Amino acid sequence: MPGAVQSIERAAAILRLLASGHRRLGLGEVAASLGLAKGTAHGILRTLQHVDFVEQDQATGKYQLGAALLHLGTSYLDVNELRSRSINWADALAARSGEAVRIGTPLEGQVLVVHHVFRPDDTLQTLDVGSLLPLHASALGKVLLAYGATPVAPLVEAGLEAYNRHTLATPEDLDRALTEIREVGWAAEVQEMIIGEAGIAVPIRGQGGLVVGAIGVSGAVERICDTRGRPHPNLVALVRDAARAVSRDLGAARW
Amino acid sequence: MTSMPSSPASEGLLMVERYVMSIDQGTTSTRCILFDHRGRLVSVAQREHQHHFPRPGWVEHDAVEIWRNLQRIVPQAMDGAEADQVAAIGIANQRETTVLWDRTTGAPVGKAISWQDTRTDSLVEDLRRTTGDDFFLDRCSLPLATYFSAPRIRWLFDHVEGLHERAERGEVLFGTMETWLIWNLTGGPTGGLHITDVTNASRTMLMNTRTLTWDEDLLAYFGVPRSMLPEIRSSAESYAVAGSLLPGVRIGAALGDQQAALFGQTCFAPGEAKCTYGTGSFLLINTGTQVIRSRHGLLTTVGYKIKDEPAVYALEGPIAVTGSLVQWFRDSLGLISSAPEIETLARTVDDNGGCYIVPAFSGLYAPHWRSDARGVIVGLTSYITKGHLARAVLEATGWQTREVVDAMNADSPHSLKELKVDGGMTANNLLMQFVAEVLDVPVVRPMVAETVSLGAAYAAGLAVGYWPDLEGLRRNWHRAAQWLPDMDPERRESEYDNWQRAVERALGWIKPAKRSLS
Repeated sequence: MPGAVQSIERAAAILRLLASGHRRLGLGEVAASLGLAKGTAHGILRTLQHVDFVEQDQATGKYQLGAALLHLGTSYLDVNELRSRSINWADALAARSGEAVRIGTPLEGQVLVVHHVFRPDDTLQTLDVGSLLPLHASALGKVLLAYGATPVAPLVEAGLEAYNRHTLATPEDLDRALTEIREVGWAAEVQEMIIGEAGIAVPIRGQGGLVVGAIGVSGAVERICDTRGRPHPNLVALVRDAARAVSRDLGAARW
Repeated sequence: MTSMPSSPASEGLLMVERYVMSIDQGTTSTRCILFDHRGRLVSVAQREHQHHFPRPGWVEHDAVEIWRNLQRIVPQAMDGAEADQVAAIGIANQRETTVLWDRTTGAPVGKAISWQDTRTDSLVEDLRRTTGDDFFLDRCSLPLATYFSAPRIRWLFDHVEGLHERAERGEVLFGTMETWLIWNLTGGPTGGLHITDVTNASRTMLMNTRTLTWDEDLLAYFGVPRSMLPEIRSSAESYAVAGSLLPGVRIGAALGDQQAALFGQTCFAPGEAKCTYGTGSFLLINTGTQVIRSRHGLLTTVGYKIKDEPAVYALEGPIAVTGSLVQWFRDSLGLISSAPEIETLARTVDDNGGCYIVPAFSGLYAPHWRSDARGVIVGLTSYITKGHLARAVLEATGWQTREVVDAMNADSPHSLKELKVDGGMTANNLLMQFVAEVLDVPVVRPMVAETVSLGAAYAAGLAVGYWPDLEGLRRNWHRAAQWLPDMDPERRESEYDNWQRAVERALGWIKPAKRSLS
């Protein structure tokens, strides 16, 4: 039996190191912790970054575990597959809620709309599959952030754009909102992106409970919310039913 | 089984909700769905049945297995609802599949012969040579083909000892799947109702398209005794009350699946058309109460007939290979691991790179009807990647749709203004956009994707007064998505020209060979 491959052992040690701490580590810290030359550590980190097992923070140059590691062992879910599997449930949600339905997945720091069902009133509407929404100002995006489907830190570091006075534009406000979303299991967006518009979204889970996307309804704020600006509970229930149905279809056991 | 309870906010809480049940007896499975008054899906139960392939080209189902499956899924779909909450049952079914059974025992004579079965090809070739197409076109509006039921009955008489004599004595009954299920639902050997509807009968090659009755000349030609045939009824009328499976519930409709989809898409006016994109695809255009004889390779068929109203006809363009080309790309080439991934792969490139795939796996259906064609991939260069091939796979479905629409525009006085689409492939955005581009008309997808089931439910609900009229049904139809054409006309035409040149290369690949009947 051939001997162990030294560089793979070292790569494994780097991953363990990054997984053990709660903060990002710089190149010097990684090299010193493992007793490696900086050049060696850098080469391995670059390779791990290339396969998305490690991410490097743009501003500080520090390293953390990459998103691809989260998907290890679960099959990567193709966005077109997600649309195919959810199309009947999304239709039913639009028919029951009377509102437009969208399904979003994370893409490079934004929400990619992978499916869109028109509001069932036969008014002129344009299909916006393929368009992008801001993570922090949309119900879909906040769900993806709250459940770790995409990292919060780079977004905060890049600065949270304020679209109007309702937008969650500070890290503290966003953090508080994400904590609440995790507690209640759904997100609302009340005029945070566009004045007069509101939305509700719930996570879609795949195998093992991993959040792979979000499904939600959106429309005029007076239809989505009550007079105090709180989303109608029956709409929330409809979105949760649809999300649960899609998640079950995708193989999430408990939802 | 899955179900979504109706929202209490949108229904009256005090009223007991009533539903219409649809049964879709399809090629691969039987599905039972409850719809509410607004045409929304309330519950679904489904069960697949086995396909039997005893010899190359033979495809069979076990009719008893299908009836048992229905008995299992009906209670599942009811999901706690009582029989008196079901206003009516509507049936949609795979067309042309042929089953013969014993009138007294209810036992089928052998397996049901699927519409996909081509065992009658030599028989059909011989008959066609001696008789010519006009004899058939003048009476049943169909060209002689292995596709339809009558040659299968003839084949069974020729190959099953004593069957013809038993049929002559009235001991054997014929039916397509809706006939078999209605007979069993209404008591089977003890008083079962032996009926079919005009749409299913229009696919047997035994019904006269104008009189909507069994045609004496055709019965004589195929040697089919009248006594074995079901009574031809309207697509929507109260036929009978179901027996023990759903006691007291009226059976109110039966339609062939593609006609059911036309009805479910509410294509009630002449010129309105739908295309169902599945394994194969079926484009139907409503031509009103007029029988139009196609001069461009389409089939004339009955669209539907409501109660005593005049029958509404349709032109149909069946395309043999659309979704199955994606399946081939996945299973035989292994270039993708699931069908939806074809879109992801196709989006890795901007165009087809000059590559075209004509999927004439078993010849070409409408509008070419060339059994001597076989598939070709043309335009290969070292530049072509699997992404280009994925594009060409999807574009093949778009161009085949265009060919059928061109034939319809040439045959029908109404040119196509909009195409309503349904079926699994409508989840593919790239494809739907491409269909809009090549047809140069808007493509729209309705909110209820289950149009076959919905059409059967609509017809049944109409028959018993659950829905008042066609306008009421139209109000239930809502647009879920719309794709608008945005292609440079010059590019459209040059691409279409390339496609047509590719098709030319597929034609005539199989050399004529005299085959002996085994």
